[in-house]
Amino acid sequence: MLEVEIALDHAGFKLDVRFTCGQGVSVLFGRSGAGKSTVLSCIAGLSRPDRGRIIVEDRVLFDSARSIEVPVHRRKIGYVFQDARLLPHLTVRQNLLYGYRLAEASERRIDLDVVVDLLDIAPLLGRRPAGLSGGERQRVAIGRALLSSPRLLLMDEPLAALDMGRRAQILRYIERLRDELHVPIVYVSHAIEEVARLADSLVLLDHGKVIASGAAGSILSQPKLRQYVGGEEAGALLEAKVSAHDEVYGLTTLTFAGGSLLASEVDALIGESVRVRIRARDVSLALSPPQDVSILNVLAGQVCSIQPEPGGAMDVSIAIGATVIYARITRLSTERLQLVAGKTVYALVKAVSLDRSSTGLA
Amino acid sequence: MGLTAEELDIVRLSLKISFWSVVSSLPFAIATAYLLDRAEFRGKSLVDALVHLPLVLPPVVVGYALLLAFGKQGPAGAFLEEIFGITFSFRWTGAALAAAVMGFPLMVRAIRLSFESIDRGLEAAAKTLGAGPIWLFFSVTLPLALPGVLTGVLLSFARGLGEFGATITFVSNIPGETRTIPLAIYGYTQVPGGDLMALRLSVVAVLLSLVALMASEWSVRRARRRVRGHDAGG
Repeated sequence: MLEVEIALDHAGFKLDVRFTCGQGVSVLFGRSGAGKSTVLSCIAGLSRPDRGRIIVEDRVLFDSARSIEVPVHRRKIGYVFQDARLLPHLTVRQNLLYGYRLAEASERRIDLDVVVDLLDIAPLLGRRPAGLSGGERQRVAIGRALLSSPRLLLMDEPLAALDMGRRAQILRYIERLRDELHVPIVYVSHAIEEVARLADSLVLLDHGKVIASGAAGSILSQPKLRQYVGGEEAGALLEAKVSAHDEVYGLTTLTFAGGSLLASEVDALIGESVRVRIRARDVSLALSPPQDVSILNVLAGQVCSIQPEPGGAMDVSIAIGATVIYARITRLSTERLQLVAGKTVYALVKAVSLDRSSTGLA
Repeated sequence: MGLTAEELDIVRLSLKISFWSVVSSLPFAIATAYLLDRAEFRGKSLVDALVHLPLVLPPVVVGYALLLAFGKQGPAGAFLEEIFGITFSFRWTGAALAAAVMGFPLMVRAIRLSFESIDRGLEAAAKTLGAGPIWLFFSVTLPLALPGVLTGVLLSFARGLGEFGATITFVSNIPGETRTIPLAIYGYTQVPGGDLMALRLSVVAVLLSLVALMASEWSVRRARRRVRGHDAGG
């Protein structure tokens, strides 16, 4: 449990935030410059807020009113930086054990073997950081933070310096530690696909202020918040269950409240919960179920609202049973189809648009 | 060309004096460099200037100042002799002190540059892993400053081998005690027929300095590879 209530004013940059996070992964989300990294830095103690309080698991780390400021090295907060920051003069093994050895034996909750297994870094142990790829470095950095047995793990855009392939790989490892080690994580990101895959709760930041915070799915689907969630990437986040795999065609059937979807093969077992992100621009609308089309997902629903989006197109929200998804279409199309609230439409979603980067274990 | 027993003694004494001057001044140089890089305090620029003073003062003046302070009658000299039994005046220890003082600015500069170039983000990372200030210094800061420490050590060592003015003023030119290579060369040039001896010792001095500088280059390159995180070798 994390409780943050801090304010600071550094050379014109003002930050004034208040939020709480529970178990699981909490994502601090917002554009760059929104103050996400500064918040992390204050939680870790690397920056000092002008005033406020920071409490982690009932332990007060900072309280300006009571003049409490626990020094960084006593906070027991793991920090995974964007740039890994492995100690260059030590081997991978020595890096991993750096924090482990500094933690009191009674406080250690995890051992080297477990971390090495979890992150697949056994072959790297004897090497030095400069010889590692970006993805390898980031895995070692995550392992090193875990081995210091932190009460809270902070991750500051750990994927930012990696290419797409590596990102997917590291995301899987982060999902693993969320699910297998149950370390509470505060994760900073400005990439919606990371939010979709990882977030249990979401804190939306903009210009140093909290715009909204709460369960990830509910925040992402609030229309008035979607401007913060990013133009091209805006869309809906669905909780779904894997109900079948079609290995011949490489497709997975996902059931959600309101219907089912076919998606490009999802790497999860039948019965497992996943999150699916359906980007508004990947959804087309039709007034009748189309024949002879390649699109596999045709979902019947009712138009809830039609709103212009800043780029000039229209965002149409469609209720499909208990679930709302969004379609981004041109103004011309809304007029031709004579869309109004309450009208029945068919949302068309390509299965291939629901791929690895838009689904993740829930 | 083989060295005579007398020449060997001179070389050995020079090496011993330089070695101890470096060993004894290194901790102070590291502390001074660290303070000048990291700490903010009143009079910092004065300390900075004092450290650099031997670089610009005539060595004779430094030697004379040492004589006043660390001579038998000097306040520091009397104190050290009484408490620790260390005598400087007209002893090889005095020559080492003179070499240490003259080499100090070189050492501090090199080490300070290394401290300045350390990525502070690495230190921040180590702190989040639980490293307190002292452990952080010895496990991260100092190892990462190793190239500068080595440069400083070898520069100061080479500078010590060449120390002349401060040494002769402070502890005179006593064979077997304070008569280092430069002092011996000077002595030979002052007596008739000493030219060959002066020349032989000069060649030794050139060779020693070359070896010291090459050793410095090699070890610094190795240390640099290490602190940049490359695998062993090379």
